[in-house]
Amino acid sequence: MDNKTVTIKINGVEYTVDGGSTILEACRKAGIEIPTLCYMEDVCDEGSCGICVVEVLKARTLQRACITQVFEGMDIKTNTPKVRLARKTIVELILANHPKDCLNCSASEICELRKISYDLGVTETPFEQTKELDLPLDLTSPAIVRDLNKCILCRRCVKVCEVVQSVNVIDIAGRGINSRVSCFMDKGIGESYCTNCGQCIKVCPVGALTEKSDIGRVWDYLSDPTKHVVVQTAPAVRVAIGEEFGMPVGSLVTGQMAAGLRRLGFNGVFDTDFSADLTIMEEGTEFLGRLTKVLGGEEASLPVITSCSPGWIKFIEHYYPKCLPNVSSCKSPQQMFGAVSKTYYAEKMGLDPRNIICISIMPCTAKKYECLRPELDDAFDHWKDKLMLKDEDHFQDVDAVLTTRELGRMMKEGGIDFVNLPDESFDSPLGESTGAAVIFGATGGVMEAALRTVYEVVTEKPLPKIELEAVRGMQGIKKADVPLVKPDGTEIVAKVAIASGLGNARVLLEEVNNGTSPYHFIEIMACPGGCLNGGGQPICDDPNVCEKRASAIYQQDEALTIRKSHDNPEIKKIYEDYFEKPNSHKAHELLHTHYIERDIYEQEKE
Amino acid sequence: MEEKKHLLEQLHEIQNNDDKHYLPKEKVVELAKKHGYDLAQVYGVETFYTMYSTKPRGKHIIRICENQSCHMANSKKLIRHMEAILNISVGETTEDGFFTLELSSCLGMCSVSPAMMIDEVPYGNLTEDRIDEILATYKEDK
Ligand code: SF4
Ligand code: SF4
Ligand code: FES
Repeated sequence: MDNKTVTIKINGVEYTVDGGSTILEACRKAGIEIPTLCYMEDVCDEGSCGICVVEVLKARTLQRACITQVFEGMDIKTNTPKVRLARKTIVELILANHPKDCLNCSASEICELRKISYDLGVTETPFEQTKELDLPLDLTSPAIVRDLNKCILCRRCVKVCEVVQSVNVIDIAGRGINSRVSCFMDKGIGESYCTNCGQCIKVCPVGALTEKSDIGRVWDYLSDPTKHVVVQTAPAVRVAIGEEFGMPVGSLVTGQMAAGLRRLGFNGVFDTDFSADLTIMEEGTEFLGRLTKVLGGEEASLPVITSCSPGWIKFIEHYYPKCLPNVSSCKSPQQMFGAVSKTYYAEKMGLDPRNIICISIMPCTAKKYECLRPELDDAFDHWKDKLMLKDEDHFQDVDAVLTTRELGRMMKEGGIDFVNLPDESFDSPLGESTGAAVIFGATGGVMEAALRTVYEVVTEKPLPKIELEAVRGMQGIKKADVPLVKPDGTEIVAKVAIASGLGNARVLLEEVNNGTSPYHFIEIMACPGGCLNGGGQPICDDPNVCEKRASAIYQQDEALTIRKSHDNPEIKKIYEDYFEKPNSHKAHELLHTHYIERDIYEQEKE
Repeated sequence: MEEKKHLLEQLHEIQNNDDKHYLPKEKVVELAKKHGYDLAQVYGVETFYTMYSTKPRGKHIIRICENQSCHMANSKKLIRHMEAILNISVGETTEDGFFTLELSSCLGMCSVSPAMMIDEVPYGNLTEDRIDEILATYKEDK
């Protein structure tokens, strides 16, 4: 940034602004609205759409506000007939080649193109269509549907995938009228090395990118009287679903969400937080096991890296397959829940596991891919011999995943007046959870939850202060040293690091890959800010959305009486009755997994 | 920028050394792996420049210019003529694998438009008859 300030005029009024700013930044600071489509702060400054044009005195042509830097004496006009006509014409040109099926487009409520064309007073589409809008839908991915006919080539998805996620699975291919967002060799997104993180869905200004909807399938399960349909809800859903019903960003609606789910007809309304606590027990034990080994001079893979985030798992499988031994073998909380619902819960309730349907509500699109991984279907293997199951009886641990957005739509479709629902609680036995589990929804939360338990296991003393501020906050990478003093006086300093967003994850992974990582334990979430900003969350233009949702999460943590996973009575019980102890043989069978090397270059050769 | 330039040359090398005058997928993946290039970005470059092809091509590549000057000089008509005599559409290769027909952006021959190139050889002031003559000379060395 250029620190010198300059004096400019906007619409005849003088302003003193940072000399390094763009016209757009200067105008927004001054409270002057300029429409944008392709621009995204810090992510996309390609200047490709042209909607942000303004008049600059003495400039030969209109200037794009989002990419033009201010200079001393610059005289800008943002609202002249010329500017208004240019903007309107640009929208009309976009509309010439855009399908007009707004009435049945799943993005119609949030479509920026629709809003801009209304705001700019576009009332007709005078230009002739020059593109055939008959491309088939890309349905190759279980998480993401692409309708490139609706794409306006703003490149926001390309940039988010590149700049924020460093996955780079899409780019613009072709030229002119044939330009398109494309994977290598025009493959489907599901056949490529996409992580399913869904961040591109969140930035698409139109309906070209959406999640693959599983709503229909869930309605079918719910209306099948032979099925016992249970639902689990991830921690981040309760701080965001309210937005789908017009509630303020950061509303905590756990009780209303449980009530709404019950009214939709689920037979058991449970909480992924329960299995998040289970994850902490398993992962904490695994971490301590590996750490003790290394401290005792034995071989073990350190740092241990968390495995809750399926977008992250696919990323490491593609980009750093050599680092897979560092990843915790624990399944994600969603998958632990699925396994437990069709074994422990089935036995407890006397239900045939074939009749249990497990649905999860997730802030995440990558979970839709995760639930299809065949290596995770352990409940089926568990019952196979006992019930003499044949291959065609095969069932998944988790049958379907709905995003927060989809649940919102389902409730609307079901006529549920969400805002006025009473607070209800989760069902037992898979509904009890702790503050440790709920903070999984924010970046740093898994680490904090694990340390709350690891601390007490190592020191055999209660944690003096439950909140670990060092691992909180929205920074992309966080680091902390946590001293743990054993009862015999010896001290271990656990070195931990946290990254959210795959671009940040890559930074920590490079160190692991070349053997220079100083850490013992690393938490990684694929989405920037953690699950609360997941690819399946409500789309929201509040710039402080992450902070607001995080504050709701920590507010819930504080309100809970039990705040450490090992104190959860239902967790104690499941170990007493079923798993014996963390990392037991049975726990390994049902709660742990392995990963698959998927080198992108090898994969793409095929 | 430096890196992009490098990539263009590397792609040309692959294509020039290929019997079918195109960029075979395996070769491109190998190149990307060696230099750590992102595949989607390389594909963007491959498909942006008309000189590259991601599909196998015939022995001789005909490129008719479709830019303004040639367009004004009715290159459309010549394209249709070419399609008719070769019995293929733009983008296709003749059954015997002898000619591939493509369009090109400006060849820099506007003063002699309509123009085309066959492999590395430019031809200007085209008419339907001249096209027939030119193609005949190629057919001779078949
Ligand atoms: S889901 Fe994530 S990895 Fe896949 S294309 Fe979108 S941003 Fe890239
Ligand atoms: S798919 Fe959406 S985000 Fe991507 S370029 Fe097209 S309109 Fe923009
Ligand atoms: S917003 Fe400035 S060019 Fe698109």
